[in-house]
Amino acid sequence: MWSWDFAFSILPQLLQAMVVTIEATIVGFVIAALLGLLWTLCKRSPFTPLRIAVNAFVEFIKSTPLLVQLYFIFFVFPAFGVSLSPFLAGVLGLGLHYSTYLTEVFRTGIDAIPKGQWEAGSALNFSRVKIWTQIIMPQAIPPIIPMLGNYFIVMFKETPLLSAISLVEMVQTAQMIGSASFRYVEAFTDVGIIFLVLSYPASLIVGVINKRIKQRFGQSI
Amino acid sequence: MNEHVAGEPLVKYRNIGKRFGATEVLSDINFDIYPGEKVAMIGPSGSGKTTLARMLMTLEKPSKGTIEVGGELLWHRNVNGRLMEANASHLRKVRGQIGMVFQHFNLFPHMTILRNIMEAQVHVLGRTKQEAKEQAVKLLKKVGLADKCKAYPAQLSGGQQQRVAMARALVMKPKIMLFDEVTSALDPELVEEVLGVIREIAEEEEMAMLLITHEMAFARDIADRVVFMADGQIVEQGAPEQLFNQPKHQRTMNFLSRFSAQSQSV
Repeated sequence: MWSWDFAFSILPQLLQAMVVTIEATIVGFVIAALLGLLWTLCKRSPFTPLRIAVNAFVEFIKSTPLLVQLYFIFFVFPAFGVSLSPFLAGVLGLGLHYSTYLTEVFRTGIDAIPKGQWEAGSALNFSRVKIWTQIIMPQAIPPIIPMLGNYFIVMFKETPLLSAISLVEMVQTAQMIGSASFRYVEAFTDVGIIFLVLSYPASLIVGVINKRIKQRFGQSI
Repeated sequence: MNEHVAGEPLVKYRNIGKRFGATEVLSDINFDIYPGEKVAMIGPSGSGKTTLARMLMTLEKPSKGTIEVGGELLWHRNVNGRLMEANASHLRKVRGQIGMVFQHFNLFPHMTILRNIMEAQVHVLGRTKQEAKEQAVKLLKKVGLADKCKAYPAQLSGGQQQRVAMARALVMKPKIMLFDEVTSALDPELVEEVLGVIREIAEEEEMAMLLITHEMAFARDIADRVVFMADGQIVEQGAPEQLFNQPKHQRTMNFLSRFSAQSQSV
């Protein structure tokens, strides 16, 4: 039996947990973006062993399930003396896993920059670092913003996995409400609606950004 | 003519060879450019002209031989009499004396015209923004585009973009400037405005110039020396009148006659 009263009464508790979900998404995304960029740069290094090592690592992370990685970080790391809170272990796992997808996104953006831009940078005697920061990245990033935005939304929807390592985010909270009251229907329906209310406008925003970027840069990837 | 050919060469190519896989693009090139000298390089496509210039700009590595700029090895370092490969910081140091204008302009599309010309001054030469801006405006005036400061490259015609690219290279005050077929990508009616600017630069600036071009009349006009290349070798070189009027080699004659036949038929 559906109870509107109950569905509304648990909202404050779920919204509180939503904050954790959003925090985990943002921190996880920042980690994913930084690591993803780092992998991309390493893969372009002239130092072959580094390239091989990073390629192997990225493939390994990409081909194993996020859930296993989360368990590993949360339950196995402590055996090596690294005990992380559920939140930290969660965002680290999420960020690491998605960094392997974001590195591809960065690669697409960088590969789209014509060779002539690198050559003009060299001819003007820019240092390696300045070529990256002043010439390549400012051109590579804007066209990939929509793709980054999509991954942000995907990561947001993946955060319930973090309940598996006891992070009290929305799904975990709903679970607890359900087991205490046996009203699972209201609890999980609420969670579904909250996800929808956040994800759908977010994907609309990404769509608008995509359009703007197309207008401004003539193309997006 | 050839009043510059005195003293030490600014650039020395010695026994330069280049292969891409099995194809030999350049074989055993020995070639000097003197300070302030304007050298035009002509020849059929694929003769290795561009590769020769790109090696000097450190965009292409020679397969063998050495290049010296201002008495310093470019791609190598002399360690106790043995030639070692130069590292990045050495390349950067020597490269600072060289500037280049490309066939496809290669302006930075995300920056205004003004910033295109300021950027390297600030980040490479360490000039203040104010100083860099003054210099940039001065050079934009010189190439006749002072009113385009705030425009983006995409808003300019090809000819205008190429003039900006020249200002961008000039502002760095190189000792030698390389022009790699800078009018080849332009619509025919835009070629003259770019050549005009180069002519002006050639007359006013002290620096040496290496012009790779298919504009024969232009080469003849502004060059102190013309070099004819074919099949990865320097076939013949000399003063413009000599090379254009009395070429010594059959290969040069064939090339030039094809060109004059073309320009007459146009």
